[in-house]
Amino acid sequence: MKLTRRHAIVMALGSAAAFTMPFRAYAAVEEDIEAFTGGVEIGTGGITLVAPEIAENGNTVPIEVDAPGAEAIMILATGNPVPAVGTFTFGALAGSQSAATRIRLAGTQDVVAIARMPDGSFVQASQEVKVTIGGCGG
Amino acid sequence: MKLLIKGGIVSAALFAAFGANADEEASLVINEDIEITVRTDAPAHLDNMRTIYSGWVYRSDETQALQMDDFENPGMIFVDDAIDVWASADGSEGKGCVDCHNEPASMAGVRATYPKWNEEAGEVRTLAMQVNGCRTERMGAEEWKYDGSDMLNMEALLASVSRGMPVNVAIDGPAQSTWEMGKELYYTRTGQLDLSCANCHEDNYGNNIRADHLSQGQINGFPTYRLKNAKLNGVQSRFRGCVRDTRAETYAVGSDEFIALELYVASRGNGLSVEGPSVRN
Amino acid sequence: MAENVKPRVRVPRDATAGETIIIKTLISHKMESGQRKDDDGNVIPRSIINRFTCTFNGESVIDVAMEPAISTNPYFEFEVTVPESGTFEFTWYDDDGDIYTDTKEIAVS
Repeated sequence: MKLTRRHAIVMALGSAAAFTMPFRAYAAVEEDIEAFTGGVEIGTGGITLVAPEIAENGNTVPIEVDAPGAEAIMILATGNPVPAVGTFTFGALAGSQSAATRIRLAGTQDVVAIARMPDGSFVQASQEVKVTIGGCGG
Repeated sequence: MKLLIKGGIVSAALFAAFGANADEEASLVINEDIEITVRTDAPAHLDNMRTIYSGWVYRSDETQALQMDDFENPGMIFVDDAIDVWASADGSEGKGCVDCHNEPASMAGVRATYPKWNEEAGEVRTLAMQVNGCRTERMGAEEWKYDGSDMLNMEALLASVSRGMPVNVAIDGPAQSTWEMGKELYYTRTGQLDLSCANCHEDNYGNNIRADHLSQGQINGFPTYRLKNAKLNGVQSRFRGCVRDTRAETYAVGSDEFIALELYVASRGNGLSVEGPSVRN
Repeated sequence: MAENVKPRVRVPRDATAGETIIIKTLISHKMESGQRKDDDGNVIPRSIINRFTCTFNGESVIDVAMEPAISTNPYFEFEVTVPESGTFEFTWYDDDGDIYTDTKEIAVS
């Protein structure tokens, strides 16, 4: 690939952003995860997160989570000013440990779902959602 | 020549071929029951397009899905609100909509023919003007604000009972001069960006303007629930937003200009189904 | 009291014992996030629904802790196994202390 001036600028901006921007948000993400897991290591598998690759508007992004057998599932939007989105706790009559809702994303970012299993273990899934910025405010 | 060059530069700068973010072939059936015509032959008066498309086809899969089931369509919340208002009396005559019109379902087909000529009033009336006509002339009630929430809720209810019926506004007879005025406005460039409605919605539908996938600007789905502001939006407010985005001073909502433009733009969608309240981004 | 808050719930009218059914809920609420500013630059205070629960004959189906990142007019979809005929109770808890409820009966054969 030919490295154009435009690419160079974009890459420079990207790395600058990676170094400076998300510290505060990352700290909050870490805190939320710590509060949910108590520091227990988080595995993968056994949990599915469905979210659009590209969201047409960050105000209303449909998501679904499914973690068979889970007690609870926490959702985090890692790039939001307040990363916590919500926690689903499933009761005895839940027909499945799955749910769908609509969430707000402040920009392109990873959405993370972490499930607490009855044996005290945790699993997670994540997906990047690109949030487009429209051309027409209208 | 100068104009052409300028137009070319604007196009190159603003518009790009569209990415794979919408299924333009999708078809829309609401509640597994109401079939919606989202693409059909253009009406005879349209010279530059052969097929007309509802704005629904340009939206992402997720946004499209929100309109396929009334429960998932947040616009239907406002229809529910209007059903309550429909049955309640307001104004000096102690009447509600229900006293003349019975159930809302009796209004099926009405949305499809507006804006239209009102012989008694001697003017072209939008549906909002007609609702206010009812309120002031028959009910002795206050007018609702044009594109205010009371009005949009009622327009959403009236649209909802006409869903699936083809838009069919009259463009001849006494409405013709208003229609001609609307057409003139549609093709007139405005603002610092020097764009007409046609530059985006006739020349570039299907392309992207920045990250937005441009539709034909059809209004068969209004009022529309927009994800960006999570509420119902009126046609003329949307016109206002578009004109403002060309960096122009805009006409007012409810002005003669926008009434004429609404009639003309509605007529560009003759043949598409009434879809409101639709869901858009 | 937040304005125009109206819960909507979709539950099938009947089911067979042990069947898993889908429930959908939507409530009209602006879910003011506390992140926005008004025209004068002042932060608009947070005002959201912070919890939603669904029970069946008093037993828990789902309990959701909600944050400001839940969209305007909160929507939830989830599944329930219905053991017998009875009543679903849906409850939304507003920041301002208001509680909105809805109930739905289901006949199980």
